[in-house]
Amino acid sequence: MEQTAQFGEQFAWMAWTWETAAFFAAILGVLTLLTVLAVRRPEVERDGVLGIATTRGDRLFITLLGSAFIHLAWLGLIGPDLHYASALSLLYAAAVFRWV
Amino acid sequence: MDKPVNQRAWLLVLPVLLIVAFSAIVPLMTVVNYSVQDTFGNNQFFWNGIGWYQELLDPSTDLGGRFLDALWRNLLFSALILAIEVPLGIAVALSMPRDGWRVAATLVVMALPLLIPWNVVGTIWQIFAREDIGLLGWAVNRLGIPYNYTADPLSAWVTIVAMDVWHWTSLVALLCYAGLRSIPDAFYQAARIDGASRWAIFRNIQLPKMHRVLLIAVLLRFMDSFMIYTEPFVVTGGGPGNSTTFVSIDLVKLALGQFDLGKAAALSIVYNLIILAVCWVFYTVMTRMDAQRD
Repeated sequence: MEQTAQFGEQFAWMAWTWETAAFFAAILGVLTLLTVLAVRRPEVERDGVLGIATTRGDRLFITLLGSAFIHLAWLGLIGPDLHYASALSLLYAAAVFRWV
Repeated sequence: MDKPVNQRAWLLVLPVLLIVAFSAIVPLMTVVNYSVQDTFGNNQFFWNGIGWYQELLDPSTDLGGRFLDALWRNLLFSALILAIEVPLGIAVALSMPRDGWRVAATLVVMALPLLIPWNVVGTIWQIFAREDIGLLGWAVNRLGIPYNYTADPLSAWVTIVAMDVWHWTSLVALLCYAGLRSIPDAFYQAARIDGASRWAIFRNIQLPKMHRVLLIAVLLRFMDSFMIYTEPFVVTGGGPGNSTTFVSIDLVKLALGQFDLGKAAALSIVYNLIILAVCWVFYTVMTRMDAQRD
């Protein structure tokens, strides 16, 4: 309730929930982490299984996009229990960061 | 030796960041928020979790059925216009003059359809194709071919496909023309010495040189046709029935017509993801082709 009050009437139209806020905070956290990593340990692009040079940011993009499709495919083809889809996405993320 | 690092340049990026935040990030976050809730207006929202997505991805529900139908229509439309515009654009580019005053004249004429606002293109074709007062519609009916885009789905499809071809073939042609112009004369001279046929020149010299611009043309036309809204909305309004209701048109009906913000938001997110994924695939293929060439 306090959180809603902090956003105030002006942001009520954005319809924030703690779940979506946590989702975006997590993405923001990962982006911040990548920025810090880029400053501390500058990277070199590398060629992976896709045959294109990728940076960490590219791999994050591929991970997020792929994970969204994994969740949608699970929801559409298997069922509404998305925990397995999330687990699968984590495996997929590890694979992307290792081999792409 | 450590160089002094000046990070003040980042400040110059701030205005762009602010504009992007207001025009893209804040709306996108709002759509994500809407997609997991239901509302009856007055800024009151009720948690619905993955409910809308579940409905959207289940073709047996009303929402899922609508989405799937509209998606197929979109894909069919994109396939049709690509199948027509790409070969036609190449053919036009090949027959465009290579030098002299005619080059400028042709380029201006070719660029004209691209300069017309989309809703005006829609209005032009809506009137042009009318069976009572439109030149095209009247002439086709006089030839004995029944044609009425307000009542017959086939006529409606022919109209919007013809409209898109009229509007955008020049883009493909101009891109191909740019690719053709970059071929040095020496290539043609060598081909002439070898006695190469017209087809051999096209297949072995012109087409490979146009490869890259063609890929860009296909990407641009696919994305644009996949997101098409204005022209079919003006001409057919998605009708007759739902026969030309594309995803974007259905989205507006859902969000603004029925005020089903939750459903519309879930549909937007999935639509957006599809477009992002296709863009990314095209981008990857292009980058890969460049990498192989180097």
